[in-house]
Amino acid sequence: MRELTCDVAIVGAGPAGLAAAAAARAQGADALVIDEHPEAGGQIWRASYARGLHEQARKWLERARGARFLHGAAVYDAAPQGPAPQGHGERAPRPAAPPAPHALSVWQRAGGAGEVAGAATVHASRVVLALGATERFLPFPGWTLPGVVGVGGLQALMKGGLALRGARAEGRRVLVAGSGPLLLAVAAALVEAGAHVVAVAEQAPRSAVLRLGLGLVAWPAKLAQGAALTARLRGVPVLHDAWVTRVEGAGRLTRAYVSHAGRARAFDVDLVACGFGLVPTTQLGELIGCARAGEGLAVDEDLATSVPRVYAAGETTGIGGVDAALAEGALAGLAAAGADARVLAPARARVARQRRFAAKLARAYALRPELRALASDDTLICRCEDVALGAVRGFTDARSAKLATRCGMGACQARVCGAALECVLGWPREAPRPPLFPVPFAALAASPSGTPREPVA
Amino acid sequence: MLEPSRSSSHGATVRVTLDGALVEARAGMNLAAWLLERALATSSAPRPAEPVTRVSVCGEPRAPLCGMGTCFECRVTLDGQPHVRACMERCREGMDVRTTPQGGAHA
Repeated sequence: MRELTCDVAIVGAGPAGLAAAAAARAQGADALVIDEHPEAGGQIWRASYARGLHEQARKWLERARGARFLHGAAVYDAAPQGPAPQGHGERAPRPAAPPAPHALSVWQRAGGAGEVAGAATVHASRVVLALGATERFLPFPGWTLPGVVGVGGLQALMKGGLALRGARAEGRRVLVAGSGPLLLAVAAALVEAGAHVVAVAEQAPRSAVLRLGLGLVAWPAKLAQGAALTARLRGVPVLHDAWVTRVEGAGRLTRAYVSHAGRARAFDVDLVACGFGLVPTTQLGELIGCARAGEGLAVDEDLATSVPRVYAAGETTGIGGVDAALAEGALAGLAAAGADARVLAPARARVARQRRFAAKLARAYALRPELRALASDDTLICRCEDVALGAVRGFTDARSAKLATRCGMGACQARVCGAALECVLGWPREAPRPPLFPVPFAALAASPSGTPREPVA
Repeated sequence: MLEPSRSSSHGATVRVTLDGALVEARAGMNLAAWLLERALATSSAPRPAEPVTRVSVCGEPRAPLCGMGTCFECRVTLDGQPHVRACMERCREGMDVRTTPQGGAHA
């Protein structure tokens, strides 16, 4: 069992984590970044099979020079901490006796950069949670068929080398569906990769998306990004008020049915890329004891969570996009490294501006109630344990449903069905339990914080 | 550490054992992407005996969904280690990949 010590441990090497590392380094702090993926960049700056590291990831790694990186390493447990004794977060000056460091249990896969390869404990005076987000998947009949992928999921697989040109002249037929600006970005990337994008089905009404555009006069760069995306789509039909109602195929997806402005349409497809926006990743924060606000972790104006010396930045605090993640990462990195108020003030102002943009985005792409009714009683809601929606309807919350039906008990630990049930049945997501990821028994035994909190079934 | 961890063989043809058969793959390609690309190139639908990545509890064939380590739909047995997420791995020479049969991992 390896022991690592640092001033600031940063979990996540996406834009927020990299900006936090750069800011912490600029304050002279010893920063250690722990990331589950083989390379830095998170999802938006994910390294690609064709081109290697994303140029932005490369740039920010340069700015974070001196920080240590553990890649291919998942934090699977952490000692829970009590809330701040008074107020929210921690204020300078620091107490005379330093508090006990946070302990994060890390499992690194063989071959991950950073050479722990196995279990390690990271002891950190401060922690920045830059955990990012995952896609929100909503169940509809047929959604477990091979060929149904996430929107960000398909983008990640394409960056991983998935070719969609196919044998036919027009390439693989893809329907891009769900909600949010990611749909257009991925559709454009698909067109450029030689795929045949049959349509983009955005559930939000056109009026809401137009209103968003009009509200962006103060953000000309974002407006320009939107216009450039539309140009890259080269005539792909973009449908609003449109969503997938069901898909079908014999062992593999062949056909998708879409409701568009009240009319039913069908598309012959090889793939449906479907995602309904993003869900903040909060599990590690919740395990440490951080309070949530809405879907993200609750933070104060310096991004301190409700647990002393733990900060959160980027999508973890609420979906805001890459610019918000960079601004928040910088602020959290400065705050965690003990920067003074003069340094923090401009960083705070940048975060506040980005949050206003995020609020506009969330309003424009609010999910419509019809989406909650797509799954029928025999539609699987828990993909790990094959539990149908009808089997959990009689319960009142996720925990009682899980104990009786195994819903949410499988390998993904409710990462998919938890957010789906929150939307479909209005059940709050259950608090996570360690280990956050499947790890070998040896790692559990070695974990200082890994004392079972409940008897192991 | 600041440079991407790409080996000199990146993009070269490598041989992967997939469910016991030797198959060619490209070095450095994401393993889940490779498995999905193979499935798309096959004209017939996957039979439960030959899933893209795994067979579910009820016997449904499954394939990668999230592509980023969250959903665990792409779990395979890799070099004897069960429940490895293919989307977090890359193709390399000599790797032994077994799709997950109904009822869980290979003994």
